[in-house]
Amino acid sequence: MADFQIKKTPKSYDVCIVGSGAGGGMAAYVLANAGLKVVLLEAGPLYDPAKNVTQLKWPWESPRRGASTPYRNFGDFDAAYGGWSLEGEPYTHKDGTEFDWFRSRMVGGRTNHWGRISLRFGPRDFKHKSIDGLGEDWPIGYDDVAPWYDKVDQLIGVFGSKENIPNEPDGIFLPAPKPRLHEMFIMRGAKKMNVPVIPSRLSILTKKINDKRGQCFYCSQCNRGCTVHADFSSSSVLVKPAIETGNVDIIANAMVREVLTNNEGIATGVSFVNKDDKQDYTVDAKVVVLAASACESARLLLNSKSARHPNGLSNTSNVAGKYLHDSTGADMGGILPDLIGRKRYNEDGVGGMHVYTPWWLDNKKLDFARGYHIEYYGGMGMPGYGFGFGMQGLNGQYPGRNGSKKEAGGYGADLKDDYRYYYGASFGMSGRGEAIARETNYCEIDPNTVDKYGIPVLRFHYKWSDEEIKQARHMKETFEEIIVNSGGVVTWGKDGKENNYGLAAPGRIIHEVGTTRMGNDPKKSVVNKFNQAHECKNLFIVDGGPFVSQADKNPTWTILALSMRASEYIIDELKKQNI
Amino acid sequence: MDRRESLRRIAIGSVGAGLLVQCEPKTEKPATAQAPAGAAVTIDRTPEELARDQKLQAEKFFDEHEMKTITVLSDIIIPKDDKSGSASEAGVPAFIEFIVKDMPHYQTPIRGGIKWLDLQCMRRFNGDFASCTAQQQIEMVDEIAYPAKAKPEMQQGVSFFNTMRDLTACGFFTSKIGIDDLGYVGNRPNQWDGVPDDVLAQYGLKYDARTLEIAPKYT
Repeated sequence: MADFQIKKTPKSYDVCIVGSGAGGGMAAYVLANAGLKVVLLEAGPLYDPAKNVTQLKWPWESPRRGASTPYRNFGDFDAAYGGWSLEGEPYTHKDGTEFDWFRSRMVGGRTNHWGRISLRFGPRDFKHKSIDGLGEDWPIGYDDVAPWYDKVDQLIGVFGSKENIPNEPDGIFLPAPKPRLHEMFIMRGAKKMNVPVIPSRLSILTKKINDKRGQCFYCSQCNRGCTVHADFSSSSVLVKPAIETGNVDIIANAMVREVLTNNEGIATGVSFVNKDDKQDYTVDAKVVVLAASACESARLLLNSKSARHPNGLSNTSNVAGKYLHDSTGADMGGILPDLIGRKRYNEDGVGGMHVYTPWWLDNKKLDFARGYHIEYYGGMGMPGYGFGFGMQGLNGQYPGRNGSKKEAGGYGADLKDDYRYYYGASFGMSGRGEAIARETNYCEIDPNTVDKYGIPVLRFHYKWSDEEIKQARHMKETFEEIIVNSGGVVTWGKDGKENNYGLAAPGRIIHEVGTTRMGNDPKKSVVNKFNQAHECKNLFIVDGGPFVSQADKNPTWTILALSMRASEYIIDELKKQNI
Repeated sequence: MDRRESLRRIAIGSVGAGLLVQCEPKTEKPATAQAPAGAAVTIDRTPEELARDQKLQAEKFFDEHEMKTITVLSDIIIPKDDKSGSASEAGVPAFIEFIVKDMPHYQTPIRGGIKWLDLQCMRRFNGDFASCTAQQQIEMVDEIAYPAKAKPEMQQGVSFFNTMRDLTACGFFTSKIGIDDLGYVGNRPNQWDGVPDDVLAQYGLKYDARTLEIAPKYT
């Protein structure tokens, strides 16, 4: 007998879902609650923030005081395993271009550590080509998605405020926490320049919504995962209750190789490598749902070649992998001299900002397309690795407790007091904006490289255009003005033309979408308006891949709404025996 | 699970160990009290992370002389004062030993910096830095602790001292002694109800009616 054989998983399922992040978790939740038998494949280990705890730990409980490591790029206390590079799972680049791909292989995926910024796309966001001629319109509009956003709001919970801003649709909101001190300085400063600053919209329970999940207790550590499940992560809010229905078998450490199809080109299941025993398996299902992340799902399509699908699964259009786009990002920070020597109190609040700035300008009057929102941070946070670095750049700049300036740098009791004196006076902001989806920005299969499982890897080709670079310049000009108007002094983040105004490398904002975009025309899109593959009717993609354009919003809330919508469609089509 | 139960679960569960440490009487602890080596693992770790940390902790980078120098320097940078203990009392030398193994880019600058410092002291005082008198050590440190007024030929020493200042302060203020000193009072269950009134008054700020109306209410 050969050493290598492919084992067949004995049980057959209604639905096989690949990936347990926002899209896969939602699909599992909806389909399992409808009574369908689901197998959920996750490429990483099981994870539950109530059991895998880093919340309410102190910096000294990490020998590196929370600094990042190759196994946890956002630091020792962050909930997300993995990061920009994974051992034995490379990706490559074409023509010297840049793209950084963040992968978090674990139940819940990247929802375990995200910022919980839960913004709906607005009416303009679905139809931007009609407005500025760039990119493509979605085949659906806000009215198609609005009822699903409502359901997501109610199921998961999001706080915010009703503002009636045309392209920032209001949701069904929980109470919004009061702004922190530096946020009030920012509000005062931004008002002088007519930049709106409104309560943020985060999926954190400031009020109890059911008996399964606790209420936020304001430790500001959502990125560590919440032991009482008071914030949204797919692992705690979707996958856990889905499993509790008894209709879901979850297979952890299952790295999917390809989608299997029959002679008619219909999906029959998937094949995967079990990372624990290193054996290959197949699993059969009537419907296959890909939610492995935009790029990973595109990779699966492209690697699933057969006689009926010679160019990859559902890829006659040659669109799979193309139109990849991440949010733009640029940042700046400063110090608020008024807050030097401030009074101490517990300022933790929720995880992340209590206020933010939605896009507020008219692009017709600007030299770039599309907008950005602004996220704010600062205040008296818990010290971690990097605390106090660069004091010599600060303590010679401002009058000390005795009213006079001193020589920068130093040592001793006097220096020790400087760390107390300047603590909590720093603040900063980040712009997160919309990039244009372009055919020339893509991922494809690298013909020469495989990962340690023998699966051909992705090769990226990505370049920012002038639209994104000019947007970054506008961010920087605005940030400096906000800092100054708030009474602050810029201490970092002044960038210029030489480095594209600090525009983050593509992939760095971790909002990559667009690689399996939806559309009515099978020649120009991979899936239809219900996230169903044009050329394989029992295959669905419910991650960020089907996004036609990303908006100046974070993608998660829209991934959730569209996955819920697609899942209800699957239930309906199965009932009608259409798939 | 209701909120009270949530809080209780947290109190007895994940932070139990932390609370116990906090309740210990404030006594002088030996320098190794918060040494990372061999410390119990209290945070979620994957098998790969555990293996890597154990490997790092089993390695030794600095020799005895280097550790002695680091200890002297860190206590010059953050000495004991009327509010809290010194860098070495907070376990800073052990933190620096770990961090250079974790982040190898620190290794040459610190090892080389110590050598540079010793050579300077040999020329001036005919002894390595750690063997010099306290007065000689301060005389030397004064040459490299103030970047703007340091002599050009002291520039390498300035860079080294900047790195030592960063790591010492970071190691100190992320220790229990340092966090207590700093007055950080979060990382515990709380009910955020806005900036305290006296602080709002200090800065001439107040919450408008709408903010108050939509904010969470606590009973």
